[in-house]
Amino acid sequence: MILVYLIVILLAGAFLAWISGNLGHLWPRIISIVTLSVDLFLIVLSLVHIVPFSDKWLIDIQYDWIPQFGIGFHFALDGLSLLMLLLTFFLGIISVLISWKEINSKVGFFHFNLLLILAGIVGVFLSLDLFLFYFFWELMLVPMYFLIGIWGHENRTKASYKFFLYTQASGLLMFISILALYFVHGKSTGMYTFDYNQLLGTQMSASTAVLIMSGFLAAFLVKLPVVPLHNWLPDAHSEAPTAGSLILAALLLKTGAYGLLRFIVPLFPTASVSFAPIGMTLGVIGILYGAKLAFAQTDLKRLIAYTSVSHMGFVILGVFSFNELAYQGVVMQMIAHGISTGALFIMAGQLSERIHTRDITLMGGLWEKAPFMGAIGLIFSMASLGLPGLGNFIAELLILIGAFEANILLACLACLGLIAATLYSLRILQKVFYGKKNTEWKMNDLSIREKIISLSLVVIIIGIGHLPQPVLDIAKPALLKTLEYHNENTYHKNEVVKSKPDFKSNIFFY
Amino acid sequence: MSETDFLSLTPFLIIAMAPIIIMIVISIFRNYEVVYGFSVLTFIASIASIFYILPVIPHSIAPLFIIDNFSLFFLGIIFFSGLLVTFLSYDYIKHLQGIREEYYIILFTSTLGAALLAVANHFILFFLGIETLTLSLYILIAFEKSKDRSVEAGIKYLILASVSSAFLLFGMGLMYVTFGTMEFSAIVSAMSHLVKLPPLFIYGFGMMLVGIGFKLALVPFHMWTPDVYQGAPAPVSSYIATVSKGAVMAVFIRFFFNIKGFDNPSIFIIISGIAILSMFVGNLLAIRQNNIKRLLAYSSIANMGYLIIILLTGSDKGIQSAIFYLITYFITTIGAFGVISLLSTKEVEAEKIEDYKGLFWKRPWIAFVFTLCLLSLAGIPVTAGFIAKFYLIYEGMKAGLLILIFSMIINSVIGLYYYLRVITTMFSAAGTNTLPSVSFIGKLTLTIITIGILLFGLYPGWLIDFIVKYALL
Repeated sequence: MILVYLIVILLAGAFLAWISGNLGHLWPRIISIVTLSVDLFLIVLSLVHIVPFSDKWLIDIQYDWIPQFGIGFHFALDGLSLLMLLLTFFLGIISVLISWKEINSKVGFFHFNLLLILAGIVGVFLSLDLFLFYFFWELMLVPMYFLIGIWGHENRTKASYKFFLYTQASGLLMFISILALYFVHGKSTGMYTFDYNQLLGTQMSASTAVLIMSGFLAAFLVKLPVVPLHNWLPDAHSEAPTAGSLILAALLLKTGAYGLLRFIVPLFPTASVSFAPIGMTLGVIGILYGAKLAFAQTDLKRLIAYTSVSHMGFVILGVFSFNELAYQGVVMQMIAHGISTGALFIMAGQLSERIHTRDITLMGGLWEKAPFMGAIGLIFSMASLGLPGLGNFIAELLILIGAFEANILLACLACLGLIAATLYSLRILQKVFYGKKNTEWKMNDLSIREKIISLSLVVIIIGIGHLPQPVLDIAKPALLKTLEYHNENTYHKNEVVKSKPDFKSNIFFY
Repeated sequence: MSETDFLSLTPFLIIAMAPIIIMIVISIFRNYEVVYGFSVLTFIASIASIFYILPVIPHSIAPLFIIDNFSLFFLGIIFFSGLLVTFLSYDYIKHLQGIREEYYIILFTSTLGAALLAVANHFILFFLGIETLTLSLYILIAFEKSKDRSVEAGIKYLILASVSSAFLLFGMGLMYVTFGTMEFSAIVSAMSHLVKLPPLFIYGFGMMLVGIGFKLALVPFHMWTPDVYQGAPAPVSSYIATVSKGAVMAVFIRFFFNIKGFDNPSIFIIISGIAILSMFVGNLLAIRQNNIKRLLAYSSIANMGYLIIILLTGSDKGIQSAIFYLITYFITTIGAFGVISLLSTKEVEAEKIEDYKGLFWKRPWIAFVFTLCLLSLAGIPVTAGFIAKFYLIYEGMKAGLLILIFSMIINSVIGLYYYLRVITTMFSAAGTNTLPSVSFIGKLTLTIITIGILLFGLYPGWLIDFIVKYALL
């Protein structure tokens, strides 16, 4: 039941926050923080209870919802979704904190939307019924649309439209695919159901599988985003308020990555293998093209948005490498990117709160004015370029090692992405904090609230950079299970599957 | 006529009595509140009478009437929509100059016509119902006679509806020539004796389709829709969009499934073409509208396009999904027009999109309901519209109508664009226009509609069960 409570608490908090908006600006903020803290506490509590991790679902609940269509209310938690939930609630609290000063109009409704998005995201990470999954997938769009459209910057209307139409169109394609899968499964077994566990291992012809998979891929690759489908992202990220950018980059993009791991690989083991070369190539293109575009931006938030495109390229590269190392890297990347890019967006927000511009050509020499902010910026730029000791390094290295096993050429090309990352990350530092002053700005360094936010993020990024093993342990059973579906269907039974080296034996570099 | 015959016609007798009683009341003592209260009670009584006659159905009064579960279901939908429209009319009609009480007389005669369509088993009753409905609608549309646009819309509707009725009548004539009977069930048995259907049948069906397509506002017979929706008083627009279309849909479904139109390749192609055209034309033209009533008119064209897909599934389940869709569509459309009529003042109707600027910050509750209605029309989860669209796509895919379903998906995205435009306007910075106060009845209606949209969106199981159990053709 704890999984249902997570959502119910969020929804209740959302409505309370909205109503309390009439009483004053403080109330919605406090209610949101309390709501999210309770959820975070609940999930940490269950984490303590269910160690050690097995390869079964840790918590699994199932009710009927619309039995006429075989739609159930099926929530389940495994290591992967557990990590994602931790990230969601933690960053949820951060996003309330960073909006403390930035959002001053319609505060109640803002927090209503914020909590509703988080409820949608939590639902996506927990749903094991495909209809329910789609339900939550769509549910997070509307409040996000409002968040961008009401509290965004100058071009918010266009950005919010673009965001909504892109994701809605691709989501509908996924919906068609879900229905097609449902009918294919129903016709072959006589059991019409949207339940994930039942739909696993559905027998279908290769071409059908490819067709159905492409609908799912459309939704996930747009969300991720992968390069030809990334057009909505820079607009949405740069026009959203800081909390919106944070949630978009750190959480919403992860739903796409999560979908690839949870649905594409297990549901379409053979078709996903045939898509792998294309997927990995798209990943490499994304890494390089995203980095190139990031280097060319002058708008700080747009720049960070493009680095997201580049980092998410690693995710798709890893997912289609089909080995454990790469998958561990993908999970690490999801968390590390969420923290580091989130932190960079927060920094961009703090800067524009102070000097009211996002144009990096107008900045320069800000270290003098705000050394603390500069230090934080330094740490997260380093994280973004993959400096050892920080989370992103572990993630990208694991993915590259995994990808090397699958495809040497593409892995080598992807390595170039690290050099490109160095270029754009250093450019951020150079243009914003070092160099000569282009304009004389009056600004203060971080306040105590902002210091707390930034330091907590720093602690996490350094923590997972130095001690990645607990995170990997939590995710491992879930990842191995995903790979099992892949192996079962793609290797011949009598062929001995080469045992993959454990991460611990690979830790020589540390 | 036997006692059972009378009993099974109770709902019609109630609706038919109402205008006469109102007329008598008006001639003795003209009072708006009295007439209004009586109308509401009559609608409630007519809904209650449906449950009263449940034991005697299915019952058919040869050759005209057939009163079965399917027709009772539609009667229920029609009467309930009529009740909601009555609720919404209270303020709007009260503010009109000159005669007002007569509005409810006409509302009842048109409802009578609509109700007759739901039980029609014969061309004569079909035509009688459609003419009773249409003749009453002319008056309702032109009811604000001080406004030129209202009168203009009434005349437009009069001329075009007469032409379409002529087509309908001609089609019925050709059918009669072909089969020698005008009773639906007799046509079915006449058809079963024929090895090959005569070409006259196709001509006849085509002619009828012109008439029916006009009433349902399907492309290419849709030209009247935006003008009439815009010109008519807002409650009347909602009445045309729901009751009038629903009733015609009821008789069309019955007729179409009786003659098994979905088995005929040429009819199949014609209906598919009309469906796809309606979706695209409706949605693409809606994008360019700056008037909410026109926008909703085009959106209704598109929605009817989605709905007639279901005719081609040729299954009972398909009909059930169509009924579910109609119910949610009725609720949301009445809700949307309800917001328009509640925000209209004596002088101007709130019909421009700019009028809604910043509505959310001034009247959060009304804007919330309107947003919910628009999201439901767009088919976003949590709202009833999502489940309805899912149900439709579900049945369509089951029947293998992939091209139609795919164009429906494309159109859902196009549709989303203009619904979002209205929503964005409501959430933008506040405008300066003043808004009228909203009466208790108005708020009550919006509350009912909100509950309906959320209930059917989150927990649709029981309604689906109910439809599956009772709405059999």
